[in-house]
Amino acid sequence: MRFGFFLREATRSLGRNAVPSFAAMASVLVTVLVLGVFIPIVQATTGAANEVREKVLVDVYLKGNATQGDVQRLGTRLREDTPYVGSVQFVSKEQAYEQERKRNPEAYELLGSNPLPDTYRVTPDTPGNVEKLRDALAPTAANGQRAAIDPAIDEVKNRRDDTQKILTATRVVKLSMGVLAILLVLASILLIANTIRLSLFARRREVEVMKLVGATDWFIRWPFIIEGIAMGALGGVLAILLLVVGKIAFLDPLAEDFALIASPDTINFGLLIAILLAASVVVAAAGSGLSLRRFLRV
Amino acid sequence: MEYKGGDVGLDGATFNIRPGEFVFLVGSTGSGKSTVMRLLIKEREPTRGTIRVAGRALSEITRRKVPYYRRNIGMVFQDFKLLPNRTVYENVAYALSATGATRKEIRAKVPDILRLTGLSLKLHSYPDQLSGGEQQRVAVARAFVNHPPLLLADEPTGNLDPTTSIGIMQLLYRINRTGTTVLVATHDSHMVDRMRRRVIELSDGAIVRDEAAGLYGQREQTTDEFGQLLTRAELDRLDP
Repeated sequence: MRFGFFLREATRSLGRNAVPSFAAMASVLVTVLVLGVFIPIVQATTGAANEVREKVLVDVYLKGNATQGDVQRLGTRLREDTPYVGSVQFVSKEQAYEQERKRNPEAYELLGSNPLPDTYRVTPDTPGNVEKLRDALAPTAANGQRAAIDPAIDEVKNRRDDTQKILTATRVVKLSMGVLAILLVLASILLIANTIRLSLFARRREVEVMKLVGATDWFIRWPFIIEGIAMGALGGVLAILLLVVGKIAFLDPLAEDFALIASPDTINFGLLIAILLAASVVVAAAGSGLSLRRFLRV
Repeated sequence: MEYKGGDVGLDGATFNIRPGEFVFLVGSTGSGKSTVMRLLIKEREPTRGTIRVAGRALSEITRRKVPYYRRNIGMVFQDFKLLPNRTVYENVAYALSATGATRKEIRAKVPDILRLTGLSLKLHSYPDQLSGGEQQRVAVARAFVNHPPLLLADEPTGNLDPTTSIGIMQLLYRINRTGTTVLVATHDSHMVDRMRRRVIELSDGAIVRDEAAGLYGQREQTTDEFGQLLTRAELDRLDP
């Protein structure tokens, strides 16, 4: 009975304050939409970067003029005479060219010649030893520069360097998204607070009468809180529906082609929905609470 | 009792009302009648002195308990304070549900009280479809639906014509006869003179008179304030 009463009062008021309610709902919708799009994106990029980092490999690039003999010699040296080596895989410049051309045919068509060097992909015996392996292959000389252990080696590269760049980029994305999300959340809270204030003003007579007949503070507050939460939840649900439609229409077909989107580290969609819904309700409750605290001193 | 800014609403007004009494509170505007009402429902706190209702000092009631205290008091106002977008039935039911009554209680109590106040036929009318007197009856019904032991009426007949006022007063009197203490603040001298109940007169926040079966004021049969009455001849001259 009680809850029914509150619910009736709340819907009555929502209907009467349709325009501000709609504005508040729309702001929640946008907020949730932005959160819903960027939580998976940030997660996917971070996940991808970490994945790269976990593939602990040391690439040993040979000089362009390295002969077949050089390749043989170095291969033996790596396999038998270097500490911390787990396995070694040789990628010839032709193989590398084929792989890269498959990924990016036009660019390689333009190049004409093959700029890629012969490469040894060296995996350390345990992932933790990747730095030691690198040092073994190219010890740091007195002048701070790395010098390779064999004259045929052009460069020894640890994939971690590349990962660092990806992570930096991700951090910028995360930070800007975080700021945007906070601003949107604030805007939503204020809009809901304002809507509730209007609703309070429209119903000040009822509040007055309720106080006089001895309604408790919470009895007076509940309809307004429900009104606020209803706005938030409605905005949240609409945003989630849009996200679901977007996922089915755009993402799922793409996921087959791009590893990034299908990345297993991305948040589970159901969990994402639950988080977003909870966020919208929390935002709405905060907005209503703000108004009630300031304008309903019962 | 002082208002913010140092305006004094009541100053040393001490009186005692016994259970079941019917008391008029009279005095000119600003004499402190409404302040008495506000203090009694604990809307305001006295700056000095104590107020006891049913033996209990109001200062002992915590803020959280105020709503429960108010459920024991019915309030009627000059401007009715009805909710315009609800029917008569809903207005009364609303007050009941605010006090936590169940739907069953509401269904049982509301028609009863509306019958008592003579509104059985107006159950589903909205306030703006009712006359002033009928609206005030709804307000009285709302105030009395819980059968509170104390009923406060602030100028209940202030907006009504004399005939309608008598009806409202009879209603209040009937409520009083059921054992409810009734305190009426009023300007309505005719009503006070007719009913001959206890009268407490306030002036500038102080009690100047407290009579067991009083009149509104000492009868002055003059029209001094407005000059001599016009003679027939003068009237004819004004309105040819």
